[in-house]
Amino acid sequence: MTDPVPSDDLESLTARVSRVATLDASALDAEKIAVLGRKSGALTRLLKALAGMSDADKRRVGASVNALKRDFEAAFAAREAALDEERRQRERRALDLTMPPRRRWAGAEHPVTRVVDEIVGIFRELGFTVAVGPEAETEWYNFGALNFPADHPAMDLHDTLYLDLPPVAGERGGRVLLRTHTSPVQIRTLLDSPPPVRVVIPGLAYRNDPFDASHAPAFTQIEGLAVDDGISFVDLKATLSLFARRFFAADTRVRFRPSFFPFTEPSAEMDVACQLCGGAGCAACKGTGWVEILGCGMVHPRVLENCGVDAERYTGFAFGMGPHRIAMQRYGVPDIRMLYEGDMRVLTRLAPGRPAGGGGP
Amino acid sequence: MNASLNWLADFLRRPLDAVDAARRLAMLGAPADAIEPLHAELGDILVARVVSAEPHPNADRLRVCRVDDGSGELKAVVCGAPNVVAGGTYPFAPVGATLPGGLRIEKRKLRGELSEGMLCSARELGMGDDHQGLWELATDAAPGTALLAALPLADTRLVLDITPNRPDLLGHKGLARELAAAYGAPFRLPVLPGSAGATMPPPRREASGGAVGGVRVGIEDPHGCPRFVAAVIRGVRVGPSPDWVVRRLATVGMRSINNVVDATNYVMFELNQPMHAYDVARLHGPAVVARRAVDGELVVTLDGVERKLDAGMTVIADAERVIGIAGVIGGAATEVSDATTDLFLECACFDPSGVRRTRGVLGLNTEASYRFERGVDRWNGAEVLRRCVELVQTVAGGELVEGALDLWPLTTHPPRIFLRPARVARVLGVELPWHAIEKYLVAIGATVVAKPDDGRMAVDVPGWRPDLVAEIDLIEEVARLHGYDEIPTELRRSRPGERTDDPAWLAAAHVRRGLVAQGLFEVATLPMTAADGDDAVAILNPLSATEGHLRRRLLPGLRRQAELNWAAQTRDVRLFEIGTVFLPAEPGGPPREALHVAGIITGGRAPAHWTDPAPADVDIWDLAGLFEAALGWACPSAHIEPADGRLLARLDDGDAAGDAGQLEADAPRWASTLYGFELRIDAAPHAAARYAAVPVTPASMRDVTLLVPDELPVARVAAACHAGGGALLEAVRITHEYRSADLPAGLRSVTFHLTFRAPDRTLEAADVDQAESRLLMQVQRELGVHRRDQGATAPE
Repeated sequence: MTDPVPSDDLESLTARVSRVATLDASALDAEKIAVLGRKSGALTRLLKALAGMSDADKRRVGASVNALKRDFEAAFAAREAALDEERRQRERRALDLTMPPRRRWAGAEHPVTRVVDEIVGIFRELGFTVAVGPEAETEWYNFGALNFPADHPAMDLHDTLYLDLPPVAGERGGRVLLRTHTSPVQIRTLLDSPPPVRVVIPGLAYRNDPFDASHAPAFTQIEGLAVDDGISFVDLKATLSLFARRFFAADTRVRFRPSFFPFTEPSAEMDVACQLCGGAGCAACKGTGWVEILGCGMVHPRVLENCGVDAERYTGFAFGMGPHRIAMQRYGVPDIRMLYEGDMRVLTRLAPGRPAGGGGP
Repeated sequence: MNASLNWLADFLRRPLDAVDAARRLAMLGAPADAIEPLHAELGDILVARVVSAEPHPNADRLRVCRVDDGSGELKAVVCGAPNVVAGGTYPFAPVGATLPGGLRIEKRKLRGELSEGMLCSARELGMGDDHQGLWELATDAAPGTALLAALPLADTRLVLDITPNRPDLLGHKGLARELAAAYGAPFRLPVLPGSAGATMPPPRREASGGAVGGVRVGIEDPHGCPRFVAAVIRGVRVGPSPDWVVRRLATVGMRSINNVVDATNYVMFELNQPMHAYDVARLHGPAVVARRAVDGELVVTLDGVERKLDAGMTVIADAERVIGIAGVIGGAATEVSDATTDLFLECACFDPSGVRRTRGVLGLNTEASYRFERGVDRWNGAEVLRRCVELVQTVAGGELVEGALDLWPLTTHPPRIFLRPARVARVLGVELPWHAIEKYLVAIGATVVAKPDDGRMAVDVPGWRPDLVAEIDLIEEVARLHGYDEIPTELRRSRPGERTDDPAWLAAAHVRRGLVAQGLFEVATLPMTAADGDDAVAILNPLSATEGHLRRRLLPGLRRQAELNWAAQTRDVRLFEIGTVFLPAEPGGPPREALHVAGIITGGRAPAHWTDPAPADVDIWDLAGLFEAALGWACPSAHIEPADGRLLARLDDGDAAGDAGQLEADAPRWASTLYGFELRIDAAPHAAARYAAVPVTPASMRDVTLLVPDELPVARVAAACHAGGGALLEAVRITHEYRSADLPAGLRSVTFHLTFRAPDRTLEAADVDQAESRLLMQVQRELGVHRRDQGATAPE
């Protein structure tokens, strides 16, 4: 009886298993068809030949053919995986990730908004909440209630823009003006809310100043007011020093020196050590080593009385600063007018981080 | 206020370091805007003596001098000055020196003769205008002495920022008082160089009229002029002031006029009391009266300008005419001139608000008005006058005819204030011993009587401190003299406020976050504009006509910013602004204000990328999406409706809350269409989102394509879909619109993607078929709209 399966076929096929690992992609496809092809694959044919064999042969030969088939399948799978990996590696090598990414338009808050938000954030932690108020006010709210003496040179520092409207009647009335500071909101707050009061007041203030590199007729102010039983100058110094360390740097040195505001007494200016020269004196700090950051003081008793607050029992402090000026310092903006324009080139440069998409040409 | 460091040092009888003095003044409330060393650029200049002056062999006008500059070797100097003489002493710039103008002196030949340095005129050294010849030095200093050492030229100008409550610091005496307190040193009025030391009998006190030196004096306006002290000096010689007066005045920024006028100015800068000198010979009467002006009265003032007066102004007049505007400026008619021999010296006190009003009306801000407005010491006139007489006599000679006359219609005293040390502790947060408080108050010139029994001090404040009127003013003085640095910086317990954050602020922040996330940059433009409507609120005193009104809307400002960007060749512009707009006032009230947000977009929809080098430009649909998003943040209770190619936001009550659309602008050809929106920001708190269960059953999708008439809003078709689709129709999404000439005229093809779902079961195909056909029937019945594939053109 002749062997229905030529053993040299099996042998030569077995030898081909080990060569699979050396085939390239197209040779691999050809070899898969040559071995496992449904019609004329060499193994397929061997398997078909099994059908005409005796049971004993079937068992014997079938076992070896099936084992060979598994070997081939494993070898093909391994080779395919290896070729896949090679291809992926090639693709990875070919991917140039230095090509620019696809970006979206990115926007940004205004630099002054960012300064205001940061200041507000610090005072919020200290128990302050945000109050706002109207920008057109009467003389009483802007001056009278704040203890500005009528006809006094203190008014010269508040070059006022008046509106072309008839005066508002009543004891809280007077000519209608654009508020020269956000302090009228202190008055409105005290009239509304009994102590304890702790508010920060961001908003626009207006002055009859020509629009030049360092002045603007409307600018952002942020004020704060704390009124309670037992608030003293110590609290003022501590609160504002803490603010300076949070806002500038943990090692920021500050100094308080006497000043004058009609609505506070004692009044002070808070200076911080010049960030540029570290206090040695330079052009930015006019050689003094200090940069003026905010005005502050203990709320004048007459202001409290004007708002119906018992000035013997309650004391308080108030402060105010100019985020436009702080933004100029912080972002190195040379001309305040840039902060009033929508020049995309400027806004892009002042945006935090790296603005995707950019703005300018 | 410009202060002379030398002057202050004279008061304190000790040298002062400019930086240290400035720091101490700053810590007392008078910071220096600048510290300016004067004449430091003369450091190279020496005193030299000309030994011989021979004619130049080759030039008629030049001379060759042998100059002793102290080096032990005579220098040859070629000099063209007419006044150079052998034996004369002049400033000398040796080879290597630099003149104030920056000129560096080198050895060189002038017309063949060697010149080793330069003899200088006053002008060449920046010391005045005299260029007639060399500066003839009146000094005994040896040749070779530095000019700055030989002459007291070196001084430092402190440019001080004096707050309006501190008139006393507008004079050197007031500043010296502060420095004396800071250094713990005494201070005294300096000795005037060359003074014989004038004594003056006590002034004669009268109520409102009297005479001095033959001049009748009167106060007819006691409100405008509460006090008037005067003296007459006869026989003065008017001429130039001595150098030391000229230099002091130059340091504080005043030009020298003549010795008499300079003396009055000197006293003003020393004691903060403006003075005036009249030529007695030119006084009609002779009389000097403080009275109200008559409406329309005229006077020619010292600056040569004729000024028209009104009845609200206090003036100084002689028997016939106005000779000065009280507290502001003197008149030309009685001005002291070289011919003057007899002086009438005025040391008056004028009402601060009257002076303020007058100088405001006249537009004339002078050193005098600046001081009177802030308040001078009305109890010290006699002492000031004595000082002025002493100085006049020192520099111009003359005899005091008799003691001064002091007119004082309403005698007053500086106020007495009661101070509770317990209150000091309460305001400052630190307990100070009584003796320390007393010490500080004495240092500012107050008289203190301690009354420990009732827990207070009686404090008589000095006349030069009109700012001290209440207890809190004294507490500030105590804090100031104690030193703000000495008050502890310790965080103590505090209570938070009860108030919540203002909802408008929160709403604005919400809108801002959203628009930034949409890729827009925030801007903050000026709220003043040209009138943008009849009812724009006008500013009474605007900076310019183009900024004469308050904005009613934000968009015009943003449109200008788009144009600005185009002018800078920027094509992609995405901006927004949040700000107040001003609407007409209710009668008798201030304008109504509203918080608005506006945005503009133009240019590419996305940044250009190498995969898409020319992205499509933004269009109306980008704007509509932005508007919809902004509405959700700014004014969620409003809804959007189309109106004539634009979008309107409306509140339920029908009020407009904003709009959006294409903007007309001055655009270059290469720009893309500009779109913008504006919305009112509603400060009402937004309703919090509520969770709705995520469906667990599968949805069934169908697409239907309908032929929709061009004028029929697709929103109505979608509404009809919902009406017909019933409860099973979950969502309708428009996925495509097709317009073509292939379609019947006036119709467009719109594809609706329908999502059907039942919350409790998986829908069968039959359920969906039924719902879809009801939907189609509904749109057909309600709107006459058919499926595109169902022969819509065939009329039924």
